[in-house]
Amino acid sequence: MTGMSSDALAARVAADLRDGWYVNLGLGLPTKVADHVAPGVEVLFHSENGLMGIGVVAPPGSEDPDLCDANKQYTTLRPGAVAFDSSISFALVRGGHLDAAILGGLQVSATGDLANWYVPGGLPGVGGAMDLVAGSPRTWVVMRHRDRAGRSKVVQTCEYPLTGKEVVDRVYTDLCVFDVVDRRLVLTELAPGVTTDQVRAATDATFETSR
Amino acid sequence: MIDKWLPDALTATAGVRSGDTVAIGGFGRAGIPYNLIDAVCERDLTDLHVVSNNAGKDDDGIARLVRERRVRKLTCTFPGTTEFHKQYLGGTVELELVPQGTLAERLRAGGSGIAAFYTPTAAGTILAEGGLPSRYGPDGEPAAVEPAKERRVIDGQEHVLEYPIKADVALVKAHTGDRYGNLRFRLSARNFNPLCAMAARLAIAEVEFARDPGLDPDDIHLPGPFVDHVVQVAPRLDKIFVERGGVR
Repeated sequence: MTGMSSDALAARVAADLRDGWYVNLGLGLPTKVADHVAPGVEVLFHSENGLMGIGVVAPPGSEDPDLCDANKQYTTLRPGAVAFDSSISFALVRGGHLDAAILGGLQVSATGDLANWYVPGGLPGVGGAMDLVAGSPRTWVVMRHRDRAGRSKVVQTCEYPLTGKEVVDRVYTDLCVFDVVDRRLVLTELAPGVTTDQVRAATDATFETSR
Repeated sequence: MIDKWLPDALTATAGVRSGDTVAIGGFGRAGIPYNLIDAVCERDLTDLHVVSNNAGKDDDGIARLVRERRVRKLTCTFPGTTEFHKQYLGGTVELELVPQGTLAERLRAGGSGIAAFYTPTAAGTILAEGGLPSRYGPDGEPAAVEPAKERRVIDGQEHVLEYPIKADVALVKAHTGDRYGNLRFRLSARNFNPLCAMAARLAIAEVEFARDPGLDPDDIHLPGPFVDHVVQVAPRLDKIFVERGGVR
């Protein structure tokens, strides 16, 4: 069984974005979602360091020293962009003014807990992750289904420190899509060529099927 | 007559003391007051409690303060450097890790006369329930951990009680300033800068451009009463811009 490529996974997530949304993309896989927004769907991307409406990473030679994204890379702006301070930036986040936060994950639990900021033993760094999951009306996690060692990242209970408790609304992996409904995981979609039994074998958490 | 201009960064930082809590603006390389930080180093100040988003990037700015062991404690959201990690695990620097929105709001509250606030951010996590090592001992084991914070259910949702940050000094970087201390920032270089200035008893700003007699009232991002000293200096540019012979 081979799951979706990163680009196919990002495209699958992007297909669920709606025209007019304001969206925050986390680092890593979520960043790729911006490359797959359908023509005619206008989405403004929020960067928590103080920008709404960021575009692609600045091409070499056109960087602006005052214009970086949350990954500290030089970025660009799209029409409709706004700059603001960190307090306003997180008023947008915490106040529920974004439509979705699309974040990477280390682990998602059977009840929708998310762990994505700290592997004990390393240097802790949280950034805006806890604010995003606390405030966004939709928290979507996009991640590989299993880690490099082949262990399920969709787990019964998170071992890593939580980013938020019962905050995840949907999980997109290279194998499938889960919705979190009343603190239960529901399998709603399979990646091309993947079966429910294969998902079951690859998943530590208990889940229901929508059919 | 109000005139907050001072001739250089060394003069502007005369009121900073070893042991001070220093709130420093900037995110990535945008909006970092590099000249003021260098002046703090030249003044040989130590034992600082630095409040900022990061432990620096590259080898200047806050990274220089850390490398020269001038930092006793860092309150930040994402320390993110090897040098800081080494000093943290080695027990020579203390860490207070704060979610980014909470850091912004604590600084804003510190400058706004707000005694405390409840936020949903971090509810149900180690940052609210305590236990993250704040300091390591010489044996490499945690010597102190963060305490649990007060929590309260409001409107059916758990919230965390957060207290303001009040700094002795703020070091900030703006794009344009005037003699009244009014400041205007540019793009993502605004970030924590206005909030750091608000939270501090003594707020010092470095700016690229002077606009006298004064900025347009509607073009000011941070009003002058929050700012004590302003110094006009050339901004420190990333090496990619230096190699290109400047920018703009």
